[in-house]
Parts: sequence; structure tokens; C-alpha cells
Amino acid sequence: MSEGIGARVLRKEDKRFLIGKGRYTDDIIEQNQAYAAFVRSPHAHAAVKSIDASAAEAMDGVIAVLNGAQLTGDGIGNIICGWGVTSKDGSPMNMGAWSALATDKVRYVGDAVAIVVADSLATARLAAEMVEVDYDVLPVVVNSVDGLSDGAPQLHENAPGNLVFDWELGNEGPTDAALAGAAFTTEMDIVNNRLSPNAMEPRAAIATFNEADDHYTLYTTSQNPHVARLVLSAFYNVAPEHKLRVIAPDVGGGFGSKIYIYPEEIACLWASMKTNRSVKWTSDRTEAFMTDAHGRDHVTHAKIGFDKDHKIVGLKVDTKANLGAYMSLFSSATPTYLYGTLLSGQYNIENIYCNVKAVYTNTVPVDAYRGAGRPEASYVMERMMETAAREMGVDPAELRRKNFVTEFPHQTPVIMAYDSGDFAANQDQAMEAADYAGFEARRAEAASRGKLRGIGFSNYIEACGIAPSAAVGSLGAGVGLWESAEVRVNPVGTIEVLTGSHSHGQGHETTFTQIVAERFGLPTENIQIVHGDTDKVQFGMGTYGSRSGAVGMSAIVKAMDKVEAKVKKIGAHVLEASEDDIIIEDGAVKVKGTDKQMLWHEVGLAAYTAHNIPEGMEPGLKETSFYDPSNFTFPAGCYICEVEVDPETGTTQIVQFVASDDFGTIINPMIVEGQVHGGIAQGIGQALLEGVVYDDSGQLLSASYMDYAMPRAHDLPNYSVHHQSTTCPGNPLGMKGCGEAGAIGSPPAVINAITDAIGNNDLSMPATPAKVWAAIQAAGAKQAAE
Amino acid sequence: MTVVSMTVNGKAARADVPDNTLLVEYIREHLRLTGTHVGCDTSQCGACVVHVNGKAVKSCAALAVASEGADVTTIEGLANGEMHPMQTAFKENHGLQCGFCTPGMVMTATDMVARYRESGKTLDEAAIRSELEGNICRCTGYHNIVKAIADGASKMASS
Amino acid sequence: MYETKYHKASSVDEAVSLMGAADDGKLLSGGQTLLPTMKAHLAAPSDLVDVSGIADMNGVGVRGNVISIGAATTHAEVAGNAALQNACAAVTDLAANIGDPAVRHMGTIGGSIANNDPAADYPAALLALGATIKTNARDIAAEDFFVGLFETALEDDEVIVSIGFEAPEKACYAKFPNPASRYAMAGVFVAKTAGGARVAVTGAGDDGVYRQSDMEAALDGNWSAGALTGVSVSADGMLSDMHGDATYRANLVKVMAGRAVAGC
Repeated sequence: MSEGIGARVLRKEDKRFLIGKGRYTDDIIEQNQAYAAFVRSPHAHAAVKSIDASAAEAMDGVIAVLNGAQLTGDGIGNIICGWGVTSKDGSPMNMGAWSALATDKVRYVGDAVAIVVADSLATARLAAEMVEVDYDVLPVVVNSVDGLSDGAPQLHENAPGNLVFDWELGNEGPTDAALAGAAFTTEMDIVNNRLSPNAMEPRAAIATFNEADDHYTLYTTSQNPHVARLVLSAFYNVAPEHKLRVIAPDVGGGFGSKIYIYPEEIACLWASMKTNRSVKWTSDRTEAFMTDAHGRDHVTHAKIGFDKDHKIVGLKVDTKANLGAYMSLFSSATPTYLYGTLLSGQYNIENIYCNVKAVYTNTVPVDAYRGAGRPEASYVMERMMETAAREMGVDPAELRRKNFVTEFPHQTPVIMAYDSGDFAANQDQAMEAADYAGFEARRAEAASRGKLRGIGFSNYIEACGIAPSAAVGSLGAGVGLWESAEVRVNPVGTIEVLTGSHSHGQGHETTFTQIVAERFGLPTENIQIVHGDTDKVQFGMGTYGSRSGAVGMSAIVKAMDKVEAKVKKIGAHVLEASEDDIIIEDGAVKVKGTDKQMLWHEVGLAAYTAHNIPEGMEPGLKETSFYDPSNFTFPAGCYICEVEVDPETGTTQIVQFVASDDFGTIINPMIVEGQVHGGIAQGIGQALLEGVVYDDSGQLLSASYMDYAMPRAHDLPNYSVHHQSTTCPGNPLGMKGCGEAGAIGSPPAVINAITDAIGNNDLSMPATPAKVWAAIQAAGAKQAAE
Repeated sequence: MTVVSMTVNGKAARADVPDNTLLVEYIREHLRLTGTHVGCDTSQCGACVVHVNGKAVKSCAALAVASEGADVTTIEGLANGEMHPMQTAFKENHGLQCGFCTPGMVMTATDMVARYRESGKTLDEAAIRSELEGNICRCTGYHNIVKAIADGASKMASS
Repeated sequence: MYETKYHKASSVDEAVSLMGAADDGKLLSGGQTLLPTMKAHLAAPSDLVDVSGIADMNGVGVRGNVISIGAATTHAEVAGNAALQNACAAVTDLAANIGDPAVRHMGTIGGSIANNDPAADYPAALLALGATIKTNARDIAAEDFFVGLFETALEDDEVIVSIGFEAPEKACYAKFPNPASRYAMAGVFVAKTAGGARVAVTGAGDDGVYRQSDMEAALDGNWSAGALTGVSVSADGMLSDMHGDATYRANLVKVMAGRAVAGC
């Protein structure tokens, strides 16, 4: 059917965005609305000695200036990390206190000290500048290696040596032994650069306390409004859950950064109660750079060993992960259970050992950003494989193929059990699309034009469909990671699907509609997807970790199963047939082999009038499902990047980027390709352009688009996107997930290509023209010396 | 405060605004036309692009008072609630995801097509990518935006 | 943005007198740098005097090889001026690559040079072309005009009216953009003028735009990219920042100079 599974249905949500009628948080104005601005620390580390708000409070239009002592005095709780990670010695992680408004100390530039509420935004911002804070400046540490060094400035009293945890996975002894006995080994230092997510819509919040009902409403830029409500209620004591409505309307991109509940939402809710006004805050871009959770920031040393036949015998990885000044909501899981568990890559490896030390520094908190741990794992693995192939003098594609996992299920030594895949098929498809065989001719042709051409592979695997609740619970998660859906058939036969997933660009209103349309044979215009409002949707864990297909849509399928069962009962009753003979197709309920049928809306009407339904059946036609996945899903693929480097300036041009992905069942190829495009662009951004830079005093140097290089249209190529899928056995639709793959798979392909082109493997991300040029000079100098 | 009059989407608009009011603030806060967005502070992202007297302008880098007498078109007025051929092309080519940069992209796209048509230059893929210098999208990787603009250009030529 | 008082000047004289009457006035032309700076609270003029509508300050005049560009002429107008393109395509090409299309619709040549951002493009052109900056009070040679980082020879309340120069025999500008800001990390404008070769560099030097005299000497005898191979560019005096160190910028100056000459 043309609008069902596999169809390139145009997006239902597009029109409102295209005609300027999207409704983002900052577009909303509440009655009696006031504006908030935050007083932020200009220092990366300082004791807060005193706050004098008198000048600000005296300004016309200023309603209130509120600080951390008042906030904690009102019983507002500290911000927490929701995933407990245990150190290898059995001790729990050292979570430092994080108050939404700093009380005694500030720990990064931008740490909020006070909130100013005024009747205009301009006044709020001016007043914030008038608040005088007396700071006692303290020594600063900004990177994880320095943070762990002796004598480093201490951020939190309960985290000696700035160590959040010292975690391990795998088996060290056998891994060491395997590496000691290896015929070939490759060892590398690998840095995964720190990134700023940069959703184009800055974060925003409007909090409204309704005195009459003792009730709060929060509009916010969230990927998971129910989780926000849960955390705001259960941990931050802002309001009890039943007295707090959280609405995430249209949200302009998230990429992980809008999962977390930030100080600003807490402060706005509390300030609304204190001032009895609606309080609106909208981040500007500089605030976004200073306060949105950053991503990545790993420093790794890794060693891989091969036997004489080039089979991997062991992998040992030592990583220092910078978590910033405080532990953000999922910050502990990202460099551990979303990282170490993927270090087996697509390969059969018997022995893996991974040690991760997480470190506090005077920088903004670091948390999950598109891919979250998996890009870091994939970067380590795929840089190692390419480098090892070069050092052993074998074809990098061949080395990978020799080590592929080929039988499923496959239990890795690092928790994950891969359920399906055909890695060689993806590699074949990518190599053919990229004309790998013709590369040397292209390299020679480029050389004749003075250009250095290189090619690089990346065979990534990731874990999505996050996640089986009991499994993640056993690993420390504070929540279950199921999803819920309610399928509500109205008396006229139209359908509303209430989903706990949240769309902020992913096109759920279209894709989710497609599976419902296909299931009941209905036109897509009769189906509405409802999401993003805790008063409407029963509950939800939200959208991140490429989970809305494999988990969110599975919940819809399960709810549709229940609807279908009830419809069949009603159909059988009304049509006087056996339930087993009832079929649902083309918008009708039919008796197999006869011309007896009820139109879909007649079933809806029958269910709601309840004049003629089976005895004992409850009226109505509305079913809910809470779906808990049985396993992670494992999207995988092969990416090939081909570059030309201008040796005079170090400029890299990506001349070809090929992706072959295995996402399992694809509902809407158009949307899936769009997800891959965007993911690859972010991965190329990481590889070539983007990097957060703090100076030694903790000042953020990359605080605007003047210094943080966002990928623009002319920085990027067209992408050659292909699919070669195996069905995921773990969920009803066979889906694996596609949201993060591009960002996970692409960085190593780009760096492998550039290092191939320039003949120097010593190159870190972002591979800016300046760095690539320096690497070319270094390679030339080395060659001259030899 | 200064009284400023302009035509916005074909309608006369008049208001007394502080002199430091940006055109985008006037459009969003006073006229409540919220399709024009603000995505950065440095006039680089292009989410706020509108047409002033027929030319694409970043409304975050213009004062409302300086736009006295101007003819302003925002995304809402491009086809007055209907779909302009460029808007249709963005939909048909999946040239948007979260939608936040989209109004600025569309306004930039229609301006670029008009300028290239006027000058007789060819709007090929490289030209489109170069013309998008001042519009940042984080979702699409630009692939489908570039396709959409090329398609929109031919749709505009034939409409 | 802090409070400010906006004035629209209809003549150069009016602009001068409005500036004179203001406590701390600033001229507003295209506003593409000034307004973002004010938004960031890095500038807080008491008054803004808008010169964009002054007829005497708008438009491009080409008489033979004598060129005059009004200070309030936008980058788009410069880029699209056919007569100027015939006379000196290096300048129209330069203007066509400043910022982005929307910025070029508003930003002006006068605003650009008055700000004298060390990474702006126009200063390199004006210095290499030996241009004259005409203000309400006097004519200033480009050499004397660009004093240092964000500093010019302009007095308070002095208004740039136009920029004049003679079309050179040949000229070209080559820019290597900063990956983030897209301003020049090194921009080199080369001009073969009646008075000899002139090479001006923007974006790279730690004191703003400057003339590269070694390259000028090399090109005087032999106007070809090859003539520059022997010129060594020192890293001393080059900017060094998170986007590239002094050594890299020195390399860029040489590479861009070669490309500019080859592009003539």
C-alpha cells in the first residue's frame, strides 16, 4: 500500500514549519508573563562570598532577584545523575552536589548564581549585569588528564582527585596475556574531541504557577517531557507529579542536549511560584555554548593484537572521560555502558578489557550527544583497525572482513549479545558504491592536479533500542527504558495515537502514522499522532538513543494488537461470524470469504454506542501498551569516505561519502535517509570542523559561531546512502534504529581517509586545515630525515 | 521610543517601539509573527532571514526604526498561508527536519533564485551551497536542502 | 542591547552635526557588525546616526580608470556593479565574497573600513590599490587610514563619504577563510599599479592589514606567481589562535599571494 511500511510518504508535519506556523517554546507568550535572565559566573572556579542584588532590585521593572540560598532554603533539591556506576573496587560513584543556583561555589564559566525576573527581557538582562557577586577565585583544571594529576585543583569534596569513578569491563588478565602473545600489535593515543550539540533552537522554558490550583505548567524544549516531570518532582521537589504539567511543543532539534533537566527549568518553575508570574527564559547562543551539555571529550590509549593470520586476539582500552563540573543526568552511562560495551565492534574478539576513569573539571557538564559513547567506541576501534592494517601492510577492508562476526546471536566479552547482521554484505555494498577498485586510478589523477587523495573505512556497530529495563536496571539505570503508546479509535473511526516518544525533527507524525495506516488500511489523514504533553499522553520515556522506532513504535504495535483483538470481537459479534474468520483490510472489518463487512467507522461507532457489543465487553475502543524491549538492537554498517587534501593549505574536501547501513525494517526510506544525512554531517563536523576549546583559566574560547565551526552547506558533500538490512529479531517490526548511525560511523572514515591521503597517521579531530597542513609538514620532515 | 510604520506581508503595520528594538523582535514580539526565528547572537545562522524591500536580510541585524517605510515579507507572507513553490519543494525533497532553520532557509532560497534569475547566472549545486553560507542547519546535512532549492528554482521558473 | 537613540541623517552635514550633538554617538551604516556588537553589550553608543540613506554616500562611479565608491554602498551593490567589474573585477569579486548574501545586502564598504577588523577584506583592497578615503573633512591615504587592530585615523564625528582609487593594470584577491567565522585567516590583495606592484595582507598580521614589501619587490621585476617562490614569509608578527598558529598563517600568506597573482 502506498502509505504504509516502506513508502516514501511526505511528512505530515512539514506544512506548519514551512509556512511559519510551527509552535516552539519561545513562540508562546503566557498571560502575566515575566522574563528571566541568569547571573552567571565569569570564573571557572571560585568561592561565592556574597551576592549583592540591591542595585538590580532597585531597577524599574525588576520583579525579583533570587539566589541559591533561597532556592535550597525552599527545599529545592540538587540536580542528580540518574545512572549509578560502580568503580572497579566496588565503591559507588562520587556525585558532587549541583544546585540549580550555586550556593557556596561556582565550578564552570556560566554556572548560574542567581535568577533575575523582570517585566521585560531587556530589563532582566540589564539587571543581571547589575548583580554584584563577590568571588574568591580558585585554581582551575579543564581537561581530564590534568584533572587526575597530583595536586590538581579539587572540584568536589566528596570526589578526591576529581575521580567520579574508576570503572572496568572485560577481563584484564587474559587480555594482557593475549596481547603479550600476539604476532602483531598496534598501539595508539586517541582523543575524541569535545563538541557542542547546537540544536538550532536554543533551549527555552516558560513556567507558570497557578496559585488557585497549586499547580505548575512548564513549556520546555525537551526530548522527554515525562522524564522531566518525574525528575523535577521526585528529585528536585519543585512540585508533585500530579501538580506539574510539562509540555514540549515543537522542539527545534535535540541531539541529546534536550534530554536533561537543566538548572534553568528548575529555577523558572521555582521563580514562578515565588513571584506569582509566568517566568520565561530563552537561551541565547552564547548561553547555549556555555550551558548546554557538551559531548564526547575522551582521552584514550588503546592496544590491539593480532595473530599471524591477522585475527584479532585482544583489545585493551584505557580512557579518561571528562564529565565537566557536575554529573549530568546520564553522564555516567555514556562513557561506560554505552562505550565499553561496543568495543568489540563488528569483530570476533575473545579478550577485551576496558578501563574508564571519569573526571571532574571546571567545564560545562558533559553528557550524551548524538551517538553517546558509541561514536567514541567506534572511533577507537576503526582508527585501530585502519592503522593496524597499514602497519601490517594488508588491505583495511580485508583485515576487517577476516575478523567479522558472522554467526548470530553473538555474545561479545563486553556484555552485548548481537542478534543479527551481515557485515560483509554492508561492506560489499559500500565498496561497490564507492568503486573501491577504481580508487588508485583516482588517486593518481588527483596527484596530477597536485591533490592528495585518500580513502578511509569505518565499519561501525552500535546499540540502540534503549533498552531492556531490567538489564539497564542491573547496570545502574535509575529508570526503566520501556515506551508507552495509547491507540484511541474515536467513535467516527479516526485514530489518535498518544506516544511517549517525542519528535524534534525525526518525523514521528508521519512514520508512526504509516504503521497505523498499514495495519488498519486507513488513509493517513485519519490518523493523528499526539506527543509532548504530560496531560495528554499517559507516560513516556522520550526520544534519544535511536529508540523511537524499535521501542516507541513497538509500543504502538502492541497497543494496535489489543485494538485489533477488540475490533475482531466486535466484528464477529455484529457480523455473526467466528472471530477467526474476521479480517481487517482496506478500512473495513470483513468476514473472510463472504461479502459481509463493517466499515471501520461503523466499528468505532459500535464500540462507543455499545448498543450491540459482546456481552461483558467494556464500551469504547482505546488501548494502551507499555512495551519493554527484550534486547538492545544493533544497527551496523560500512562507511567509506574519500577525500582530496590541498597540500598547500591543508584543506580537506570530501569528494565522496558512501554509507551502507543495516537498520532492519525501514518504515519511511525518505526520513531514514534524512536521518543518515544529518548524522553524517554531524560526524563530518566532528572530524573536520568542530571543537569546544577552553583556555587554561577555564574561559570558553569557542563561545559563538565566530569560533565554533558549524558545518555549512559548502563544507559538506552529497551523501551516497544505501541500505542492506537484516531483520531485527527482537521487536515486532524488526527495526534497529537509524538516528545516530551517521554520527557514529562517519568520524573514523573521515580521519582514516585524510591520514591515508597525507601519509601521516598522527592527526587529531577536528582535522582543521591548520592541523592537516602541520601534519603534512611533519610527514615531509620525517621523510626528509629518513 | 519612535513610531515606525512599515508594510509587513502586504499589511500596514505601525507601532511605537524603543529605538533599540531589532527588526526580528518587532516581527516576533509586536506583530506576533513567530515563524521568523533567532538561532544565534552573531548574525550567522540565518534563522531570522526576511525580505526587506525585496532583498534577503537578517532581521536580527537590523533595527525596526531603521526599517521605516520598508516593505517586509516574512515566511508567513511568502504565500500567505498557501504553499509557495519553494515551500512545496522543501516538503517534496524532505528539506527540513526540526523546522527551526526552515523559514530562514526558504527566505534565503527564494531570494537567491530571484537574484540568479535577474543576473542570468546559473544556480547550480555549487552555487546553492555557496549561497547558503549564512544559513546553518543542524538536522539535514544540507543534502536535501540543496536538492529542494534546485527543485524550487525550477518550480518557480515554471510557475 | 542597551538603550540608544536612533537618528536618520539625510546629508553628510546632518550626520556630522548629529554626531557632534551626541554624547557618545556611533555612525550606523549596514549595521552588520555594529548591531551584533551592541547586542553582545560590547558597544553601547548613546546615539546611532544612520547614514545609509544619504544620497552622496551611495553608489559606484567609474570614469575611465578613476573609481569612486560611496561609503554607504552595500557589498551587494559593489559586487553587482557592471562598470566596476569591467574596470576592476578584483574589487567586485572581493565584495561578492564578504559574509553571506543577506549580510552583503546590508553591509557597506564604509562600515567595513571604519571598523577595520583585522580580518576584514576591504582594508586589503584599499591598501593594495593605494585608495584615498574621503571624509567630510579631508582625504586620507589608505596607508595612513588603517592604524591598527580596529583603529583608524578617523577623528570622532568624522564621516567617511567615499573611497576613491585608480583601476590598476591587474589585480586579484585571494582569501583563505576561517572555518568558523568565514572572515579571512589570510587574505592577500595584489595589484599591478602604475606605481608598481602592491601587495596587502589581511587576517594574518597581529597588527591588522599591512603591505608585504618583499613580495612587492619580487613582483615589480617579474609579475608572476613564480616570482613569489623565493620570498620567505616570517611567522613573526603573525596572529596565532585556536584556528591556526603563526607558522600556518605565514604559509597561508604565501600561498594566497601566489594564488592571487595567478588569478589576475
